[in-house]
Amino acid sequence: MSLQDRLTELRDQGLADIKSADVLKKVNQVKVDLLGKKGPITEVLRGMRDLTPEERPKVGAYANEVRDRLQNAIDQRRAELEQLAVNKQLAAEKLDVTLPGREVAQGQPHVITQIITELEDLFMGMGYQIVDGDEVEEDYYNFERLNLPKDHPARDMQDTFYITKEVLLRTQTSADQPRSLENHDFSKGPLKVLSPGRVYRRDTDDATHSHQFHQIEGLVVDKHITMADLKGTLTLVSKTLFGDQFDVRLRPSYFPFTEPSVEADVTCFNCGGKGCGICKQTGWIEVLGAGMVHPHVLEMSGIDPEVYGGFAFGLGPDRFAMLKYGVDDIRNFYLNDVRFLSQFYKKG
Amino acid sequence: MRISTQWLKDYLKLDIPADELAEKIERTAVEVDGVIRPDEGQKKVVVGHVLTCEPHPDSDHLHVCQVDVGEDEPLQIVCGAPNVAAGEKVVVALPNSWIGNHTKIKKSKMRGVKSAGMLCALDELGFDEKLVPKEVADGIFILPDDAVPGEPVFGYLGMDDEIIDMSVTPNRGDMLSMNGTAHELAAIYDQTPNMPTVDLHEDEQDDATDQLEVRVDADEHDVPMYKMRLIKNVTIKPSPLWLQIRIWNAGMRPINNVVDATNYILMQYGQPLHAFDFDQLKNGHVNVRLAKAGEHMTTLDGEDRELLPTDLVICSEDTPICLAGTMGGLDTEVTDATTSIALEGAVFDAVKIRKTAHNHDLHSEASMRYERGIDHGMTETALNAAAAMIAELSGGTVTNNVVIGRDEDVQPTTVTITLSKINHVLGTTLSVEAVADIFKRLDFETTVAGETYTVTVPSRRWDIHIPADLIEEVARLYGYDNLPSTLPTGQPTIGKLNETQQVIRDSRKLMESAGLTQAISYSLTTEEKAKAFALHPSEVTKLDFPMSSERTTLRLSLVSGLLDDLAYNNARKEHNVALYEEGRVFYSQPEQVRPKEIEHIAGAITGSMTKKSWGVAEQPVDFYQIKGIVEGYLKSLALDDAVSYVATSDHPEMHPGRTANIFVGDQLVGFVGEIHPNTAKAYKVRETYVFELDLTALIALPKERQQYQPISKFPSITRDVAMLIDDTVTNATIVDLINDKGGAHLQSVELFDVYTGSHVPAGKKSLAYTLTYRDQNATLVDDEVTQAFNKVLAALTDELGAEIR
Repeated sequence: MSLQDRLTELRDQGLADIKSADVLKKVNQVKVDLLGKKGPITEVLRGMRDLTPEERPKVGAYANEVRDRLQNAIDQRRAELEQLAVNKQLAAEKLDVTLPGREVAQGQPHVITQIITELEDLFMGMGYQIVDGDEVEEDYYNFERLNLPKDHPARDMQDTFYITKEVLLRTQTSADQPRSLENHDFSKGPLKVLSPGRVYRRDTDDATHSHQFHQIEGLVVDKHITMADLKGTLTLVSKTLFGDQFDVRLRPSYFPFTEPSVEADVTCFNCGGKGCGICKQTGWIEVLGAGMVHPHVLEMSGIDPEVYGGFAFGLGPDRFAMLKYGVDDIRNFYLNDVRFLSQFYKKG
Repeated sequence: MRISTQWLKDYLKLDIPADELAEKIERTAVEVDGVIRPDEGQKKVVVGHVLTCEPHPDSDHLHVCQVDVGEDEPLQIVCGAPNVAAGEKVVVALPNSWIGNHTKIKKSKMRGVKSAGMLCALDELGFDEKLVPKEVADGIFILPDDAVPGEPVFGYLGMDDEIIDMSVTPNRGDMLSMNGTAHELAAIYDQTPNMPTVDLHEDEQDDATDQLEVRVDADEHDVPMYKMRLIKNVTIKPSPLWLQIRIWNAGMRPINNVVDATNYILMQYGQPLHAFDFDQLKNGHVNVRLAKAGEHMTTLDGEDRELLPTDLVICSEDTPICLAGTMGGLDTEVTDATTSIALEGAVFDAVKIRKTAHNHDLHSEASMRYERGIDHGMTETALNAAAAMIAELSGGTVTNNVVIGRDEDVQPTTVTITLSKINHVLGTTLSVEAVADIFKRLDFETTVAGETYTVTVPSRRWDIHIPADLIEEVARLYGYDNLPSTLPTGQPTIGKLNETQQVIRDSRKLMESAGLTQAISYSLTTEEKAKAFALHPSEVTKLDFPMSSERTTLRLSLVSGLLDDLAYNNARKEHNVALYEEGRVFYSQPEQVRPKEIEHIAGAITGSMTKKSWGVAEQPVDFYQIKGIVEGYLKSLALDDAVSYVATSDHPEMHPGRTANIFVGDQLVGFVGEIHPNTAKAYKVRETYVFELDLTALIALPKERQQYQPISKFPSITRDVAMLIDDTVTNATIVDLINDKGGAHLQSVELFDVYTGSHVPAGKKSLAYTLTYRDQNATLVDDEVTQAFNKVLAALTDELGAEIR
């Protein structure tokens, strides 16, 4: 048998062995057996000494070709087997990805806070400052400076918790109005403030009444503020909060600290204005009170109503939340049942 | 105020559906609560003529009636009313009819006798019991003789009226009358209202001033006007049906012809009137004055009332007989025996009446109007109208002259305003003519000079006296829908949270990220709970007149409220609860009228913060979990001074061995720990961990100036030390010592193991720390570290008695 034939035989035998090797170990063994220093190919190459100088390169080249061919086959088989092993492992590692993830404790902002935050951001974008007034206020600021002298019939609208004859729990965040007005330096520009916060009324708690709730009061005073500006501002608020399809309409009302005074209705978010049980078939829902700052309120704060004027508005986040989410009992906001609180998962 | 649209037709031509009218009123004047249709939902209720009425064979009170209802055959109806009788015209609910309160009437048998329908009383037609005249309250309603059998009954009873229920704001007292509402609608619809006229006939032979003497001791402020009329020879009887209908449709109960006449005029003119039985006045003498302390009087409702010195009273000679503007007295009440009436038309001070109504809890149609003010210019007219009506209804005669206790010269108010001011405030471009037209519609006499209006406001609109009042009139009649919609212009301003507001917002987010849900609890609680968990001792702030014993005092801590929240959840089987609250506590300040309001942030956790799930056991919360939350939160505040936790047993509501006061530098800013088992029991909560922090103080504390620290290029070397040490030696002591003795290159000390239990001797614990050394500028040499580490070991052994393992 010529050396070449011997090489061919070794090659074919080797390729067959490689192909039949079913584990990495066997592939490695084939490699050692065929291509090792004591293997048959090395053996064949040793026999080249007996060849003629003309034959030697030919056989040498053929031997290299066979060796490369076997080496490639081994690499390929190895890769195949490795892939098989990985596939097997992956198959064994398959998970039920629908099992729940491991929970990371996460709290929620209170729904009232969410509404207040949203409005604060909206108004800060329009250049308003946020003002946090005191919850315990003087009768003088809560009522008298808002054009509600003692024994004014409009005081009936707000039953009050008194601490002393002259000190009370604020019934409205409007109580911040006079303080804002008297502290503002109009040479530095207009007064634009938003006062959110807790207010209190002497009420018995039930589904629609709470002795504690929230209010957001807005106030703008400058030389050229019109009722059209009030209407535009309220329209913007409702469109931002509820969507572009929402409209605002104004109705006459009465607050001692504004004149003209209006109630603002927004398109019913339940029926979109068609009329339903929530809006009592009117298509509108009353959401806030507003008006042009009463000249007496300005005067009492030392501001000339002939030069300056402004608007004010107030709304109740509790009522907003009740309407927006269909909450039917205001006490839910203050009992802090986790099954209630966790429903409002939006992050403030 | 209930406005009958049928009555309105006396004033105006209004061919407008009631709903549309109501909407117009709501959009232009005052809020409307709804339109009341008394016959709504009622069907097949007709006039019947009782032909025969026989006693029921098997009953001692039922009657069997044959009733003509306009059909060929009469209906047989069994009736139990005591006043049923042959010949009467009655209200018949036919078989399959619907009457009040969604009730259906069917054919039936009563004690074996067939009954095809029902004879009805007013309350069965849906009348409020309070509106049913007393004389017909116990039986069926008898219709007038001329009622036609078979015709629907609703028109006979005014039930086909549509009544607009207005909710009149305190400034629009003028709309608490038909006249005022008619003026308002006339302005809205640009009509001229047909106002009522008074047709009074006085008996010139009989002068009232000879028989009735009125003196007003109260001052002009309290009683600006007081007048009386004397009407004689009256016969007290029920009012005619048309008047009763107007009275009950206005929401009042018909009483008798005299009282109904005064109420009718009250509704028509908005002027409260009071009728006294003249013969009960001593010597025909009336005096109006403030009550004296300790005086008593029995009001019409039979209540004996102790009068207050702020009450205005009408006296007969010197005996109080009427609480002015609020309620009459029993002694001078008009009764069936009354023959002469002294009729009062007066103006009383709003504040005085308000106080009386409030103090005696007597809120009447009269007091409601006096509190909001009335038209001083119309008082005498209304008095005359009522006198004429009483005379007509009762067959009496009005004596000559008004008896005047006090008179007032009522003048219209003049207000001047410019067009530019109106347009400036409203943001409109109204013309001179457009505004003048609105004043004309309001029937305000106006002169225009250039663009200045001089408006003469009649006394019926006493709410208008400054320019802003006129602007409101223009705005609402022009229509708010017609206003343009713009945004404020002018110098721009920056809207931005201040530091406190920003920290509060950030704090909320940090707490939520740490797994705590925001609670908003009540600021008002019991005195005991208000004081509980207070960080600093303070007096509490209490309500003067609380509504309930649960809400009397302003809180000094937030934890107390959070525990109430936990209890609420626990009671509903929610045992894993983690809440925080951000809000105010109220420290009383002895020298100040108001308490100091401090922002706090507090948390409470109970149960487990992670839900039990597959592969995850519930991990009960513990001290170190809540401490971790507090530590993480305080770290984010970047306080300049070090935070330290000092064991304390000073908080009576807290576990004495599991509570730490939290200091920043030397300043106490809060506490953290487990609540005392007794507290848990009192609040009905389980094992609970809480913290409370003074956020106002934390915000005020100096903050670390944050600066970049270069990251060392050189490797660090760590050494671990494990030691046995007395149980009483705290981690803080050990860490302080290690840091103290650690040398220049000690970077950090981390506790990585704590063990107490059977493998260590009693009274000992095993602690293990990793010390990390690093040189910012060079590679540390092992020997250097070993040297420094050995110093630490020696110090631990020598100073703390640690046994290094």
